[in-house]
Amino acid sequence: MRILRNLSRDRLATISLLIIAVTIIAGIFAPLFAPFDPNEINMSLRYASPSWEHLLGNDHLGRCILSRIIYGIRPSVLWVLVVLFISVLAGAILGFLAGYFRGKIDAIIMRICDTMLSFPGYVMALAVIGILGVGLENILIAFALIKWAWFARVIRTSVMQYAELDYVKFSKATGISDFKIIFKHIVPVTFSDIAVISSGSIGSMILQISGFSFLGLGIQAPNPEWGMMLNEAREVMFTRPELMLAPGLAIVIVVSAFNFLSDSLQVALDPKLVISKNKYKENSPYSAVKVREKEVAN
Amino acid sequence: MGSYIVKRILVSVPLLLIISFLTFVLINLSPLDPAEVVLQAQGVPEITEELLEQTKEELGLDKPFILRYFDWFISSLQLDFGESYINGKPVWSLIGPAFLNTLKLTLISSIAIIFMSILLGVTCALKEGQVIDKSIRGFSFVLTAMPSYWLATIMIWYVSVKLDLLPTSGMVSYSSYILPVIVITISYAGIYFRNIRSSMLNNLNEDYVLYGRASGLPEKKITMHILRNSLQVSISIFGMAIPIILGSTVVIENVFAWPGLGSLSVKAILGRDFPIIQAYVLILAAAFVLFNTISDIINAFMNPKLRNDL
Amino acid sequence: MKNILEVKNLMVWDIVSGKKIIQNSSFDLKAGSCLAIVGESGSGKSVTCRAIMRLNSTSLQQSGDIIFKGENINQLSTKELRKKRGKNLCMILQNGMTAFDPSCVVGVHLRETLAEHFDWSKNEAEVRMKSAMESVMLINPTEIMNKYPHQLSGGMLQRIMIALAIVLEPDIIIADEPTTALDTISQFEVVDQFINLRERIGCSMIFISHDLGVVRKIADEVLVMKDGKIIESGNTEKIFSGAKHEYTKYLVSTRMALSNNFKRIMGEGQ
Repeated sequence: MRILRNLSRDRLATISLLIIAVTIIAGIFAPLFAPFDPNEINMSLRYASPSWEHLLGNDHLGRCILSRIIYGIRPSVLWVLVVLFISVLAGAILGFLAGYFRGKIDAIIMRICDTMLSFPGYVMALAVIGILGVGLENILIAFALIKWAWFARVIRTSVMQYAELDYVKFSKATGISDFKIIFKHIVPVTFSDIAVISSGSIGSMILQISGFSFLGLGIQAPNPEWGMMLNEAREVMFTRPELMLAPGLAIVIVVSAFNFLSDSLQVALDPKLVISKNKYKENSPYSAVKVREKEVAN
Repeated sequence: MGSYIVKRILVSVPLLLIISFLTFVLINLSPLDPAEVVLQAQGVPEITEELLEQTKEELGLDKPFILRYFDWFISSLQLDFGESYINGKPVWSLIGPAFLNTLKLTLISSIAIIFMSILLGVTCALKEGQVIDKSIRGFSFVLTAMPSYWLATIMIWYVSVKLDLLPTSGMVSYSSYILPVIVITISYAGIYFRNIRSSMLNNLNEDYVLYGRASGLPEKKITMHILRNSLQVSISIFGMAIPIILGSTVVIENVFAWPGLGSLSVKAILGRDFPIIQAYVLILAAAFVLFNTISDIINAFMNPKLRNDL
Repeated sequence: MKNILEVKNLMVWDIVSGKKIIQNSSFDLKAGSCLAIVGESGSGKSVTCRAIMRLNSTSLQQSGDIIFKGENINQLSTKELRKKRGKNLCMILQNGMTAFDPSCVVGVHLRETLAEHFDWSKNEAEVRMKSAMESVMLINPTEIMNKYPHQLSGGMLQRIMIALAIVLEPDIIIADEPTTALDTISQFEVVDQFINLRERIGCSMIFISHDLGVVRKIADEVLVMKDGKIIESGNTEKIFSGAKHEYTKYLVSTRMALSNNFKRIMGEGQ
């Protein structure tokens, strides 16, 4: 509740949250929101300018751009969230195992993570797509494969901090089962860390995945996806540059919203930060790792 | 110091071995039969069992897996990555020049990124909380939310087409570098300058700054000390950034039709040209490890604390 | 005795939260004497000292008069103030380990500081610095000046700061818990150096500590602070033998017990 209250005090965060909520709802109920079938070709409306019927105009095949943007939310945003959830979940499970039990399990998991992280993620994703073939599913699989190690590593660090606290040690000493301790004492406190970490990487993931679609490696025509719409628009960019506008702005707006929300979330979840913004730099264990994560945001 | 370098290089050797093996395994995990891919790529109209067997033998695919890996690994060390399935040219003759082109673009962009990050980071840290700091940070926030390929396309449209100032694509002259470098710099400097800023602000609270002020040192000198210490942190980050940029110029290269690794690899993926994909992954992974090693060594040189432990 | 420093109605507050950290403090420092400020951590000792040199972070604001040799430090321009820092008012920090730039050898700070305040040749500054370092029992000063802070011990770094103060010959030395971060043996050595320092350059001193054993040894007068307020002040022996304020009594009784060990060593050393 405190988190929500802190967030609502931040106007930028409220707007961001609103944008994200609207985007997600519009994506899930795309058939209700989209005025037309996104794949309906109407050659008489080729390159039509925005009208009351087609608010964002029509593309090179006369398809309704607004409807394509709305349907495009599914692969461009919703599926990215699913992949994020999966890789955070995998990372969290391994991170908890490594950070709580330490010892051999920790050594093995971290060694694997190190190997995974010594591999450039972008290249790995390309390799996986090269092997499995092009398609949205394969991009998503590739991303889940390359992201978990990073999450596991950060979550482990967070778990380790809390596992060292006295009340956890006390619980251990009194013989409470490990799983009970993890769920009662560690999951709740690390949850905020996990929320910050994962929300911080949504933006870059959306950008990366749309980038792959832009290259033609993702979802295949005629299905709408923002990156692919930009790719189609690029072919006529010299004559119809305005087609670049709608999908590009859609990405910028959604990614900005996620980035702003993530920043505000970081402040809202850390009571120390609310009191003094100066403490921000000292107390943010994510700043260094966060950069590492965002590096590949292309 | 010498022993540290040797140690650090020795550590990276097994990593390279693991990576090369993983690469090979990954490629061989593909559900497709490479022989079939080759024949399809060559446009053979009818693929018979006989033809498949024959191709397999030609490609050495009939040998056991481990043997094939060693063959591949040994010849890879000699830069012999086999031949492209699609046009039959030696992979190195395709990937070598492409790698060089990508490296050029990456290094020039990295210099621009480092320069811009330090400039913006220092400016923001010195003017913390003031209008300049806030507007640079706000502006960078929006810039980093932009897909780089979108920014690139818009820039081509405006600068090259509308204003007709620079070449739209390809690598024809020095001016060809300008737009790609600008786009790459925008997407990365916007992230890294924050790092330098926060690192400088952290240093601002250190005791040595207080003692320097208490000793009556001028602010300029103190700023130099702060810079010296915060750059140390940044060097390792830049060291990591170079290989990452090397690996992720794919999209930018495609937009600008840059004859580099990015364009080559996407073509290879779309055409399922496995030897090229394999070589691409291996070369980039090796470059990644190499640059990380170099940045670690530079870091050890820069940081007296680490140097002492060597 | 003349007052070398008079602090009147010093107030320090946080501009963000508006919280008052120092409330209306006034005290004097007599020329050539040593004033100890005692109190628990968070009582405002360090902030008071930094306020005298206007070294608090920009989020803290201060008001009041700080009269040093007839000049009001609170009204000096930054340029004038910078000339006073180091040359007239010299600070010695608690933790030598963090007081020097970790990426430079310690000699860099010493040379920069001396070059800032004196027109000496490089050689002259070097010679003076070396003899000062030798006088605080730092053998091999050349070698030490070419070492990084992490290669030296906390006690050595503390003594380097004292040596710098010897060369600078300030009017007032402000020592912010200079012994807290040290082990007992180094504490003894450093306190000894402080006593020598006063005898040598005849400066006044403000000595912050929560170690009453050390305070009793070194200070002429004591100021007791609690929650940003001065609650008691006076002659050292008076405070120790007959504290008026409850809090001071409490401090004396608890702290003396803790520092008995230290006192024993000090007694043996003399």
